[in-house]
Amino acid sequence: MAEYTIKVRRFQPESGEGPYWEEFNVDLEPSLAVLDGLLQAKDRDDGSLAVRCSCRAAICGSCGMKINGQSGLGCKTQIGEAQELANKVASASGEKVDNAPIVIEPMGNMPVVKDLITDMESTHWTKIRRVTPWLLPHGDPPEREYVVEPESMIDITQSMACIQCGACVSSCLSMEADPDFIGPAALAKAYRFVGDPRDAETHERLHDLADDPHGIYDCTHCFSCIDACPKGVAPMDQIMRLRRKAGEEGIEDPNAGHAHEIAFVKIIEKKGTLDEAMLVQESYAPGIKGKLKPSKRSIRETIKSLPTILRPLRKRKVKLRQAIPGTHHKLPGDAMDDVKAIYAHAEEHKEEINLYIQGEEGELVDENVEKGIERSTDPDTAEAK
Amino acid sequence: MADQIKVAYWPGCVSRGFTPELHGSMAIVAQKLGIELVELDRANCCGAGVIAEHNQELADTLNARTFALAQQTGLSMMNICSTCQGAQSECQQRLDADSAYRAHVNEALSGQGLSYEKDKDGFTNKNFLWLLVEDYGLDRLKEQVVRPLEGLRVGPFYGCYIVRPKERLGYGEHPDRDIYLEKVIEALGGTVVEYDGARKCCGFPVVTMNRETSLRQSGTHVGDAIDAGADCLVTPCPLCHLNLDMQQPEAAKVVNRDLGLAVLHLPQLVGLALGAEPKELGMSKHVASTGWVEERLTAGAAA
Repeated sequence: MAEYTIKVRRFQPESGEGPYWEEFNVDLEPSLAVLDGLLQAKDRDDGSLAVRCSCRAAICGSCGMKINGQSGLGCKTQIGEAQELANKVASASGEKVDNAPIVIEPMGNMPVVKDLITDMESTHWTKIRRVTPWLLPHGDPPEREYVVEPESMIDITQSMACIQCGACVSSCLSMEADPDFIGPAALAKAYRFVGDPRDAETHERLHDLADDPHGIYDCTHCFSCIDACPKGVAPMDQIMRLRRKAGEEGIEDPNAGHAHEIAFVKIIEKKGTLDEAMLVQESYAPGIKGKLKPSKRSIRETIKSLPTILRPLRKRKVKLRQAIPGTHHKLPGDAMDDVKAIYAHAEEHKEEINLYIQGEEGELVDENVEKGIERSTDPDTAEAK
Repeated sequence: MADQIKVAYWPGCVSRGFTPELHGSMAIVAQKLGIELVELDRANCCGAGVIAEHNQELADTLNARTFALAQQTGLSMMNICSTCQGAQSECQQRLDADSAYRAHVNEALSGQGLSYEKDKDGFTNKNFLWLLVEDYGLDRLKEQVVRPLEGLRVGPFYGCYIVRPKERLGYGEHPDRDIYLEKVIEALGGTVVEYDGARKCCGFPVVTMNRETSLRQSGTHVGDAIDAGADCLVTPCPLCHLNLDMQQPEAAKVVNRDLGLAVLHLPQLVGLALGAEPKELGMSKHVASTGWVEERLTAGAAA
């Protein structure tokens, strides 16, 4: 048994007062959960302490909360580990601290109903419904069940692992700045249907998610949802898969997210390192050197970005040459040959591996490698070897 | 004299592009610390996560080439960009996880006699921040300080790619990597300023796609740091620097308040404490004036 201090952010709307902090002392084994600590405080000290929970085994997804600023499940976070993290945060600047209070708050990016209970309806569930979270097959339903190859479903098992706890939504830094962002949970759910071989509206789904200015191109790539998710869904990775698929379908978007991606890929193919001025130009007005037909958005955004480039020019931070798209140097010739060979090889194979599904290789050497057999998903190249 | 550190140095694209003062200050600081930099001047862009979004294998192979070039020198790698760190760690994780995939990727490099080998000579790829704390050592750093940053209140700003995801970025082995900036600030004699944004997103990845959202992020963090009493921010990421410094006047318009906070690159902060002059560290090139930082240091030295 060990003693811990939990510091809970409390709020009772009926009191008419704002939120406040309250500390509770609890005794429990370090391997027990933060949720156990909260329930002990509720049992011993204050029955009005409100926390939502049910399974206590990271299955039901009820007890999402922030523990020392990290979004996750109360039942899946051991209190001993939470104590270590609290100590680390408290010791970051200054003296080493051994028993810093464990800070517990309701989830972020959603309204608080009472204490640690948030309103999941107004943000989380509304956004989930936004992505049409059900199958849209075409044609008459089969007489019995849909038959699919098991392999064709493997890709979406990661997004299917979601338990709708909202921890990713709570942690989302894009949503913090743009509450209209569809967000990590809903977009991971969207990928679950985009990747489903039975669904017949893949293109429409992708178009819808790309066309929404708060859709897939509004994710700021901060990885917060990946660390918050208690089930390894990695919502940001699913958003990147959605972008990849939307790109493959040639879908253009109002944020010019696809144009930005293509510009980046092409610049590196041509130069090896980044031509920043060219990237900015191509993101706003793709192909301006060819057909001079910039969109209204690109003209607007280019004008808006002018002060941003003029200031560093004035400070001699950026040389005039650097500010002109296309003047960036290339890597030396043989290095560019390397880069070109890499592009040719990767564009031909486009292998994609997902460590959530295949796991990391252990100490055992893959016997195919020992035998010198080429690994490939493409039977033609495997045979050619 | 402790062991000489010698690394294969990948400066990244932006440190030689729109934030040239970062590349310059790193060279000065390396010399002062006695870290020998073998520059990988033939290496390519890390893809910044954008190429991986387009074609995962392409990003993995481009970075395998960089790792292979580093391995040719027999040295471990050092970068000065959180984004390079994150993008390269992501690719390295996939390459290290699957030997057959690694062999497939190496096929594309074989034309130039290059090959990336997992764990060859204990190969690692570390941001300057990690190298400074884990390999150089804070005690050794303290010994080099000739101008302690007394009275300077510094807000750390990490950059997402160097703090998340924890499992990929070696936090199992080095759990304190997300408080290293605080440790370095203290080792240099400065005061750490706690504020909300230290480990949040600067917004840079969406600056061309959603300017409002992006600049609201950077503007909010700069504002929070000012409210917490910071004299400056310090960051190990040049992309964060672009949004926090170069875009600061525009971000001020989005969050509708006065900003005006100096944002230093990590090597600049270290350089100041090691006695380098603000001008040689390229601080005059910043968009947000660093004058206040210089005044504080002069005041600290006079006191």
